Amino acid sequence: MGVWERYRLRVRRKRLRFRAFRKRRELTPVADRTARLKGDTIIVAAVLRNERVRLPYFLRYYRDLGIRHFLMVDNGSDDGSREYLEAQDDVSLWSTRASYKDARYGADWLNWLLFRHARGRWVLAVDVDEFFIYPFCDTRPIRALTDWLDTYNLRSFPAMVVDMYPKGAIGAEPYREGQNPFEIASYFDSGNYTIAKNPTMRNLWIQGGPRARTMFADTPELAPSLNKIPLVKWHWSCCFASSTHMLLPRGLNLTYDEWGGEKISGCLLHAKFLSTFHAKVEEELERREHFAGSREYLAYAETLKGDADLWCKWSEKYINWRQLEILGLMSKGNWA
Amino acid sequence: MTATVGFIMMCHTAFDRAAQVARFWADAGCPVVIHVDRRADRTEFDRLVESLSDIDIISFSQRFACEWGTWSLVAATQAAAEQMLARHADVRHVYLASGSCLPLRPVEELVEYLDARPTTDFIESVTTTDVGWTVGGLNIERFTLRFPFSWRTQRRLFDGYVRLQRRFGFRRRVPGGIVPHLGSQWWCLTRQTLSAILEGPDRPAYDRYFRRVWIPDESYFQTLARQFSTRIESRSLTLSKFDYQGKPHVFYDDHLQLLRRSDCFVARKVWPHADRLYRNFLVPASERGARAEPNPGKIDRLFSKAVERRTRGRAGLYMQSRYPLRDRENGKTCAPYSVFHGFSDLFENFDIWLSKAIGGRVHGHIFGPDRAEFAGGETVYNGALSDSAALRDYNPKSFLTNLIWNTRGEHQCFQFGPRDTQDCNWFMATDPNAQISVISGSWAVPLMRSNQNFSEIRKEAARLQKIETEHLDILRTMYVKARVRIWTMAEFVENPMEPLQAIIDEIRPRATWRLAEAPRMVDLAGFGQFLQNLKNQGMQPTLMGDFAAGSEPNPPHQDRGRPYLVR
Repeated sequence: MGVWERYRLRVRRKRLRFRAFRKRRELTPVADRTARLKGDTIIVAAVLRNERVRLPYFLRYYRDLGIRHFLMVDNGSDDGSREYLEAQDDVSLWSTRASYKDARYGADWLNWLLFRHARGRWVLAVDVDEFFIYPFCDTRPIRALTDWLDTYNLRSFPAMVVDMYPKGAIGAEPYREGQNPFEIASYFDSGNYTIAKNPTMRNLWIQGGPRARTMFADTPELAPSLNKIPLVKWHWSCCFASSTHMLLPRGLNLTYDEWGGEKISGCLLHAKFLSTFHAKVEEELERREHFAGSREYLAYAETLKGDADLWCKWSEKYINWRQLEILGLMSKGNWA
Repeated sequence: MTATVGFIMMCHTAFDRAAQVARFWADAGCPVVIHVDRRADRTEFDRLVESLSDIDIISFSQRFACEWGTWSLVAATQAAAEQMLARHADVRHVYLASGSCLPLRPVEELVEYLDARPTTDFIESVTTTDVGWTVGGLNIERFTLRFPFSWRTQRRLFDGYVRLQRRFGFRRRVPGGIVPHLGSQWWCLTRQTLSAILEGPDRPAYDRYFRRVWIPDESYFQTLARQFSTRIESRSLTLSKFDYQGKPHVFYDDHLQLLRRSDCFVARKVWPHADRLYRNFLVPASERGARAEPNPGKIDRLFSKAVERRTRGRAGLYMQSRYPLRDRENGKTCAPYSVFHGFSDLFENFDIWLSKAIGGRVHGHIFGPDRAEFAGGETVYNGALSDSAALRDYNPKSFLTNLIWNTRGEHQCFQFGPRDTQDCNWFMATDPNAQISVISGSWAVPLMRSNQNFSEIRKEAARLQKIETEHLDILRTMYVKARVRIWTMAEFVENPMEPLQAIIDEIRPRATWRLAEAPRMVDLAGFGQFLQNLKNQGMQPTLMGDFAAGSEPNPPHQDRGRPYLVR
């Protein structure tokens, strides 16, 4: 790579970090429990808005994986999310009413909080509707994974978003608080993902799944990106460049093997398509705070009009991570 | 006092686990000498000493700052071994273990085992020419070059200095009388052999030499044991598996059943938080369940499969952590598939006929201009692959590899032609899994039968001929890896059954039956004249072969009006 290109990326990274620094004023601490962080605590970081009904299961899921601290940013919830999180013993909460979009969809806030509190620690940056699956997650806590990554000096771990959906109309079965969302949305697409390489940032650009199949079949280039690198050993100099899809410095994006072998990877099961979805779409269309003029949400609204069913006869019913591994959506790499 | 086995433990982290294991061994009456890395935290070290202070046969040796691959590890081992031999006269075998080792079998079994072999040294020791596992390509050079730079922190200098020495043919002299041997650093030596190594008159000379050898902990004792031992069994009693980068595989709770079936006495290395493993193995012999039948091959298979997955991967899989560069795929697709170029233009319902002939699903034009024509007219196929042409053409290579991957175990056949998306032509031509059969020029048949103005037909014919010519050029390059067969339409019409039989034999090599029924050829009456008309309009159709104007090709079966039977 050329010196010039390297320099440009360096400047871009510094700009992003400066941006995050400026945005720090937008965050008001509600419950700052970061003094309790130990040197090797693994952190979950998330930005949310009005997700009260999802929170109990979200927290339980990650606590079960061995997460002991959550860094959360509440972006102006009015459904009690904030009060609920404030009361949790292992959550450090900040709140803001500033624009989600102007904070580059929350990435600036995250970059700042991680710079402050996550240096030298492993960070799992997810959304409240994303559930992290990694090899052996049913028998080994997340620390086993990060310890293993540490022995190989690996600093980032990729996990592709897998959209989960129910059979039948979205929302036909209401989601109850505390319920495992995949009891309802238990299906996914196993083999319709397309991959391209981003030459500047070196990350893979993955699209496909049920959203591309049903909502973007005529405009596939607009289909949402599914590649994510949520688990990162945070260093003060790194930052999320575009949500958690890519990082800078770009060496962190090289989570795939180019010589035929398989590196280790996981999945983020995406529980978006639940009964909460209708309200969310309406609210987000009102706010217009999402990527690319909220075109995703426009497409969702269009689909929902017809009482959409994402299910088809080739949809796979989710069983466990081994199934995802066999289907080729994730890999154990050389972890055994 | 009966002879026993003494353990040396090399620790640098997870002291609580090391203490647990040391206590387990000491409880069985085995003395333990613990070496703790000097770089480890002082307070943690003190806590470790404190926690084991109630046992008098556990002692701590002089602390060295240990860096991987350097002499310090050997120096630490020497000091600990000397202490062991000096303090514990009843020790006959000394077992070198690490702080992350876990005893898999009761100590009594180990003592019994060693009692039966009182003069045997268990140390993996092989000559440099025989080892296949060294990482970084340094075998004999470990002994003949100098390594003053740290591999971990000064990698460039390390590599540069190795290159420099190679270039100038620099060699160190190996001290007289020793033959370099390598092996696992976890050994079990007898007092006789170990004391001979530690007290030998040549030790200063050997130490001086090995101080500059690369990774001496894998060669010092391994080489010198050959000097003094009367009986070497060249294997380690410690189960330790390494991956392709030379890092040890780690054992977790879910390996419990696997470890039960190992025939080794000690396993390395165990994840410190593997509570279930520690709970299960650190119990006295009397409290243990019956031992499972040893089956060490299972562990070998598990780890060699992991290494293979990391280095070779699954053929034909493209995913978030496996995205090979072109021609580095180890298999562009995961299974053989057949492409029928031009067949559907020449034969009526060719896909239905083929599907009967091979007894499987056959697609139409999956790269067709309107949609991907999946078998049975499906709109969504295996793996929820959509038939949308826009989605497919957005990334045709992903589409094709997805289709083949999603239908693993089923041979895919599909129709192709110059009207289809051509983006995958190079990919398929260079894919050894592809079987491409081409009838060139048959795209003209639907044109002849179409109801269009002749000027449009002429334009379309020119376009299709250009596309097909380009495809044929690809299929005739020296880069082709696919199984390619090309016939002109004239050749094929002359004798269709033989080529068809050959293709089908390739798809179903074990099928014993022969084709009973020929596919129904479209009516070619007037085709020669049609080509002549194209020529008359100034377009030169070249790909069909010879069809003289006026003399109609007469495929035999059409005259008989009933299916044509071969034999």
